[in-house]
Amino acid sequence: MNFDFSEDQKFLGNEARKFLESQCTMAEVRAVLNDDSKAFNEGVWKKIVEMGWLGTAIPEEHGGLGLGMLEMCVLAEEMGRVLAPVPYASTAYFFTEALKLAGSEAQQAELFPGVVSGEVVGCYAASEGPGNPDAGSLTTTFDGKTLSGTKVPVTDGDVATHAVVLAKEGKGASLVLVDLSAKGVSKKVLSTLDPTRSHAELTFKDAPAVRLGKAGDGARLNDALLDRVAVLIAFEQLGGASRCLEMAKEYALERYAFGRPIGGNQAIKHKLAEMYVKNEVARSNCFYGAWAVSTDAAELPEAAAAARVAASEAFWFASKENIQTHGGMGFTWEVDCHLYYRRAKLLAVQAGSPKVWKEKLVRALETKNAA
Amino acid sequence: MDFNDTPEEAEFRAEARAFLEKHLQPKSGARPRPGSGKDALQRAKDWQKIKAENKFAQITWPKEWGGRGGTSMQSVIWGQEESKFDAPTGPFAIGLGMCVPTVIAFGSDAHKERYVQKALMGEEIWCQLFSEPSAGSDVAGLKTRAVKDGDEWVINGQKVWTSGAHYSDYGIVLVRTDPKVPKHKGLTMFIINMKQPGVEVRPIHQASGGREFNEVYFTDVRIPDSDRLGDVGAGWKVALVTLMNERLAVGGSPGPDWGEIMDYAKTSGTMSDQAFREKLADWYVAAQGYKLTKFRTMTALSRGQTPGPENSIGKIITANHLQDICNSAIEMQDHYGIINDPEMMPGDAIFQQSFMWAPGLRIAGGTDEILKNIIAERVLGLPQDVRVDKTLPFDELKAG
Repeated sequence: MNFDFSEDQKFLGNEARKFLESQCTMAEVRAVLNDDSKAFNEGVWKKIVEMGWLGTAIPEEHGGLGLGMLEMCVLAEEMGRVLAPVPYASTAYFFTEALKLAGSEAQQAELFPGVVSGEVVGCYAASEGPGNPDAGSLTTTFDGKTLSGTKVPVTDGDVATHAVVLAKEGKGASLVLVDLSAKGVSKKVLSTLDPTRSHAELTFKDAPAVRLGKAGDGARLNDALLDRVAVLIAFEQLGGASRCLEMAKEYALERYAFGRPIGGNQAIKHKLAEMYVKNEVARSNCFYGAWAVSTDAAELPEAAAAARVAASEAFWFASKENIQTHGGMGFTWEVDCHLYYRRAKLLAVQAGSPKVWKEKLVRALETKNAA
Repeated sequence: MDFNDTPEEAEFRAEARAFLEKHLQPKSGARPRPGSGKDALQRAKDWQKIKAENKFAQITWPKEWGGRGGTSMQSVIWGQEESKFDAPTGPFAIGLGMCVPTVIAFGSDAHKERYVQKALMGEEIWCQLFSEPSAGSDVAGLKTRAVKDGDEWVINGQKVWTSGAHYSDYGIVLVRTDPKVPKHKGLTMFIINMKQPGVEVRPIHQASGGREFNEVYFTDVRIPDSDRLGDVGAGWKVALVTLMNERLAVGGSPGPDWGEIMDYAKTSGTMSDQAFREKLADWYVAAQGYKLTKFRTMTALSRGQTPGPENSIGKIITANHLQDICNSAIEMQDHYGIINDPEMMPGDAIFQQSFMWAPGLRIAGGTDEILKNIIAERVLGLPQDVRVDKTLPFDELKAG
């Protein structure tokens, strides 16, 4: 039985934690929160690029570190803990994994060095409004050369240099690669619940684009991509939920009421114990997702979905009860609780809400059960 | 990351499996009905003897006490393999898992000589007598009195929820020897002969209808001072060692899980109900959370490390999970779900039966509330509850 990260991977996680705690402080997160003109923290981004993390799972031949998905998971948890206000997930999870899944050798060779050096910032555009995007009812179309339609919301759509877009092509759907500096692309910045991560509406009008993978393979590629990305997002959620429990615990120990720390009251103790239980359930499901995604296991669909469902629940519960534990202080702009509450909601609905993942999970179980 | 045995673990697993195949039948698909009566007990004793003779009983015990001198990981592997067979292990779990290790830790050489081997060979069964009607979660508040009379102690009082008391030969009993000091300081542990005069065992009629546990009444029961475990007044320290010996749970979660309710839902058309589908996803996530957390604990054992505190979440998850699944399954059956006749109901009425067991599981071995307190205090480091009883003499405490 070897159901844990290796010593090397844990070392990487510890080093990442030290680095992020010193370089990506809450002051850096608030620099983005409190400045509407800032879409992300460029200083932190530059340092993360220098660490080489954008190339973690990119092969060495393309300038990456050539590590695997387990290392990506370890880093994702650390990014989640500090609410990293940078387009890391969009670039390193969505864009990079899409290129690995569907991009040609030439496309990878062209773009990966730029991803590693920070020149290429990626994003993934699937949503077209309320509801989970369904490959069968897309209105954004690709005709083999150009792309037309509107994608909203697109995380990091305003700061990305390139987008991978899920679009209708003929009767099916395809994944399409777009250079966002091309003519025919317009961006509108959106106001969202989580201002520490930027969002945009992207409109394409006969914008030049190229296909990733085969025509009509978009629905399958989208599912495969989201299964892989889901595990990484789940680790970010796990990191955020763990940090919320720590914050709640620290406050419950230092805040006195009725002559003693509020953490001595069972109503608080049991609340925090419930947080711990949910976080451990999430951690174990995340580990299983990490195993499945790193080994390309047949169990990936249910493992990824379970990781997402468990981690969404854990982060939601921890972020809302962290505010509650802090009382009135928790409802102030100055205390960081609301930043986690905001991020928890973004990560819960990004790339499919818990309801969507629960349905995916049950379908995977039905398929397995029928086999 | 993988789920494989190391070569040494695989070798031990193969050895264990070969031994089991030689002596037992694999579990069949049918859910085993709990055995009862003398035949079942004799079968359990016979199996214990075979295990002990072949060094498969008490894997982690040192060889000098008849154990294998093995690792915790080997003990887990043995438990996994044994649970795949129709192995009657129930009557020995508490005695060998908790009571006899306490005798080894605190007993005299004469005690160890007299008791350990016979227990290991399945010749004598032990029970643990701690809980009382007014001392459950607060077990240190127990009232059963022991009064010194020459070289003996005279015991009067009552224990409750004692598993296996009716077939046990010996027990370890925690009693109050001094009510004039604060509660934790006035307790003492003894070995008690369960077959002697003055010990009366009465089965408890449980809310579930069964009678698996007992009340034990003591009327002027005499115990020689030489059968004391630890010092007079040090019983709480001894009891903590007993409880620490609680074996790492290796079995699956009790009762039906998501797979069984999904099987039933498929036959009843409920799989098309969206609300049910979402619940099913939650149950899967909880069951996986429980199972995979144990894998993390096993990984630590396999690497020769001390497991983290994550295993403490187990019973909170499984007991509530079981109650929720059974509740939903019965509601899925609508009015028909009220029938608990195994001849009429899917799965031998397992949902109905487990529905009535689940409240007990949330209480036995630490209530949900006590377990949450333990996580809050020992894992998270939050302050202990206010305890008005910590410094007051026991006989001045309010009780009710």
